[in-house]
Amino acid sequence: MDKIQSLVNTGEASFQANVAHNLKLLEGYRTLAEKVKLGGPEKARQLHQSRHKLLVRDRIEELIDPDTPFLEFSLLAAHDIYPPDSPPAAGLVTGIGVIQGRQVMIVANDATVKGGTYYPITVKKHLRAQEIALENHLPCLYLVDSGGAFLPLQDQVFPDRDHFGRIFYNQAVMSARRIPQVSVVLGSCTAGGAYIPAMSDETVMVKNNATIFLGGPPLVKAATGEEVTAEDLGGADVHCKISGVSDHLAADEHQALHMARSIMANLGLRPKTDIGQEEPEEPAYDPKELYGIIPADIRKQFDMREVIARIVDGSRFHEFKKLYGATLVCGFARIMGYPVGILANNGILFSESALKATHFIDMCNQRRIPLVFFQNVTGYMVGKAYERGGIAKDGAKMVAAVANSTVPKFTVIMGGSYGAGNYGMCGRAYGSRFLWMWPMARISVMGGEQAANVLCTVKMEQLAKAGTPMTPQQVEEFKRPILEKYEKESYAYYSSARLWDDGIIDPLETRTTLGLALAASLNAPIAEYRTSVYRM
Amino acid sequence: MPATKKPAIKELRKVLIANRGEIAIRIMRTLHAMGIKTVAVYSEADRNALHVELADEAYLLGPAPARESYLRIDKILEAAKASGAQAIHPGFGFLAENPEFAQAVVDAGLVFIGPTAQAIRDMGNKLNSRALALRHKIPVIPAADEREAGADFAERVKALGLPVLIKAAAGGGGKGMRVVAHLKDLKQSLEMSKRESLNAFSDDHVFVEKYLKDPRHIEIQVLGDLHGHVMHLNERECSIQRRHQKIIEETPSPFMTDALRAEMGEAAVRLAKAVGYTSAGTVEFMVDADRKFYLLEMNTRLQVEHPVTEMTLGLDLVYWQVRIAEGHPLPRRPGPLRARGHAIECRIYAEDPAADFIPCAGRLAFLREPSGPWIRNDCGVRSGSEVTTHYDPMISKLVAWGETREASVARMKEALNDYIILGLRTNREYLLDVLDLPAFREGRLHTGFLKQHLPDWQPRQAKLEAALLAAALYRGRRQAQATGSAPAQRNPWQTVGDWGR
Repeated sequence: MDKIQSLVNTGEASFQANVAHNLKLLEGYRTLAEKVKLGGPEKARQLHQSRHKLLVRDRIEELIDPDTPFLEFSLLAAHDIYPPDSPPAAGLVTGIGVIQGRQVMIVANDATVKGGTYYPITVKKHLRAQEIALENHLPCLYLVDSGGAFLPLQDQVFPDRDHFGRIFYNQAVMSARRIPQVSVVLGSCTAGGAYIPAMSDETVMVKNNATIFLGGPPLVKAATGEEVTAEDLGGADVHCKISGVSDHLAADEHQALHMARSIMANLGLRPKTDIGQEEPEEPAYDPKELYGIIPADIRKQFDMREVIARIVDGSRFHEFKKLYGATLVCGFARIMGYPVGILANNGILFSESALKATHFIDMCNQRRIPLVFFQNVTGYMVGKAYERGGIAKDGAKMVAAVANSTVPKFTVIMGGSYGAGNYGMCGRAYGSRFLWMWPMARISVMGGEQAANVLCTVKMEQLAKAGTPMTPQQVEEFKRPILEKYEKESYAYYSSARLWDDGIIDPLETRTTLGLALAASLNAPIAEYRTSVYRM
Repeated sequence: MPATKKPAIKELRKVLIANRGEIAIRIMRTLHAMGIKTVAVYSEADRNALHVELADEAYLLGPAPARESYLRIDKILEAAKASGAQAIHPGFGFLAENPEFAQAVVDAGLVFIGPTAQAIRDMGNKLNSRALALRHKIPVIPAADEREAGADFAERVKALGLPVLIKAAAGGGGKGMRVVAHLKDLKQSLEMSKRESLNAFSDDHVFVEKYLKDPRHIEIQVLGDLHGHVMHLNERECSIQRRHQKIIEETPSPFMTDALRAEMGEAAVRLAKAVGYTSAGTVEFMVDADRKFYLLEMNTRLQVEHPVTEMTLGLDLVYWQVRIAEGHPLPRRPGPLRARGHAIECRIYAEDPAADFIPCAGRLAFLREPSGPWIRNDCGVRSGSEVTTHYDPMISKLVAWGETREASVARMKEALNDYIILGLRTNREYLLDVLDLPAFREGRLHTGFLKQHLPDWQPRQAKLEAALLAAALYRGRRQAQATGSAPAQRNPWQTVGDWGR
């Protein structure tokens, strides 16, 4: 494979301007991320610690192997969704960590955030973590410390398919698929929450702090008149010695986490998928130059090869059909030693680009090479000539190939992610094992400007029929709220808050993030690939 | 003995090199350039060695130990016969200074590219060469023997000039050696030395030698032909030694004067003529601070450090060895040879300078030789080569030339910095530190230089290496616990550290 020849001039004024812009953007993200990582309010944290309980991130720190990474998901979940509340990280920390040399999905309640109760987005985040565990065959470790559903929003967390009940459904299904389910109960675990440890393969409880019951003392009193303390009703002693709901009794949190590590050391061995990893090699070009390559105005096109050159091993890239359908860059490379097929947008998608993508995706599936999508796409080309050329059926072939792919897929939204382009490039609906956004990325059904123009044209036609054409000022007033709405809703923070992605990443961390994700994905086997009927 | 009748010219077409490693390769390069075919010999350990690959043909001698391969005269002569080689070049080391070998080669009807067996024999015996030198008025280190001198002994010692060194006649290893600074201590010291010598060697014969304080090792390269002509090719200073072995050599010596060179050169030629010397050879001297020189010994072969002479004189000593062996006369030039600039050689050894230079064996994981203007690296190995304990652990000899000593040393440092040898400990960093010493830059050299200036040398990176080693061990221990088929050292989950935490 040949090294990509970079054409970037780091001395250019525009490069320096891009660096300044992007670093400022990142600074904003990092400040927010640091604040979110603190957890709940100061007072809640103090109260929590006064009960001999560790903060959620300290628990994880103690749990995972020293000098190993933690791949956290959706740090910005719930950001600005529930004003005036702002539950940091939706009160739930999820991520993959290494315990006893083994990659484990950790799902940990943060009791300092509204008592660890489940907002609708908290449920979504919990389910997403389980989905990742299921797709990648990762053992699940639940650090339970939650008051259960957030009652004021019960209609959005309780009854639907992807609401609270799905958590236990997933546990049952995963356990049946030999994906171990382990719980450590560190605080309360009430009502529905009680099923998390109860449905686990192995459970640890902390003496004096952990409780498990279907109904707490107030509910029991109201229902039956029985007066009972929480400890007597569902404390660690009760469940480890009498009921058998729990298996291990820990004197304190440190011992509980130690026991969890011991459990993880005894999960047995399962073979990983071998796709032929080679010796990893750093990119030949400095990844820091990405900050100067990503334009300050994200609507400006940038050459994805420059990005690829700063992510893949040795900056080496075997490009496929370079001269055909050139608005989509396809090719083979390695990321931290793992082979990947990369699809990256260098412009709008034409029929040729879609056909090339379909061909390439078919090849990667046949060769068992994971797919990586780098999105910066405004959509598929429109217009009479293109519709007549059958762009819809060519785009459909690409979407079908993406949908049916069985090799692990990974998506990074780097610039724009608009319309059907989002779908064809393996957007959220297309089953990416992991999907991340750069902080400068934008996502919406179409650009704000286009949306405002479309809506305005419809409106103007209606008014023209009624004989009252719009004045330029009226046009402006009509468009402004639409532009504002699209602007606000297309931001990466907006997307990440709603779990349209698995988190925002610094462009510099794209390589490591993908490397970890690739390694994690190989815990699961790769199924046989079958294509759908292609409309020719 | 000078040759009396004019020898016939015999052009050589095929030559066997009875050696291995870099010197075998260095000799072959010259032979190939002269249009002469080469025959390599090798041991089982050297099946894949570079010298075997480079030769036109190669013959297996036997198992790895030298006495079963490179020292087997019979096997080497068999190979010569089988290959049809007309001559044998012994290189240095192994059989190069073995008179029986030189004689056996000649007896087999082949040409020995080196001096006669008699010359080797004459110079090989220390007592012989000392007597020969005295006869030809070549200075040797003055000595006095109590058994010969009898009652005059004290006077004789006084005449040597104090301090003196008492040595055991049968001695070695420093036993019985003692420095005497004052005449009044002589008697007592003699008694002590005799007692020690008797205990160690069952012989109380001791003698007294003038003690040279911080002497330099300076040697003269000579060339003699079959026509009785002997010339000298200036000096080499080889004072930088560890474990009595040279590691840095240079020419001209920073200590040399034209007068001293002429005087030493003339002495060397005289000695070579005295034994009828007919090839490249080296006469080694000790030189004291007063520029008095004393014969040490004559090496009847090509020296490891011969390239520095080649670099400054613009000639190829192996070429001339071959020409002489073919019967060609040396060119006769009036006046002394004029050297151009300065050349320095560093011997790169697989050894641990931090642990008393203990040789290191193993596989060279990676080797990148330096190059650049006026850089020469005579190298016998490559990436993947094995360095075994069976032979000398020298990896290569790196040579640099410059218009001045400063310039050649600067080039040498650049080349050493550029030299990448992975998988084995080497003295590369140590050499760099030697070159950086102010005393070295100022040319204040003597044979105890390294002991004086770098007594407890440690690599500068030692601490970092220890830390890296600890980290690697720690990681390795954890990797041993890791599961899965991907090699743990490549698994990003084990290599990116505490990323994201």
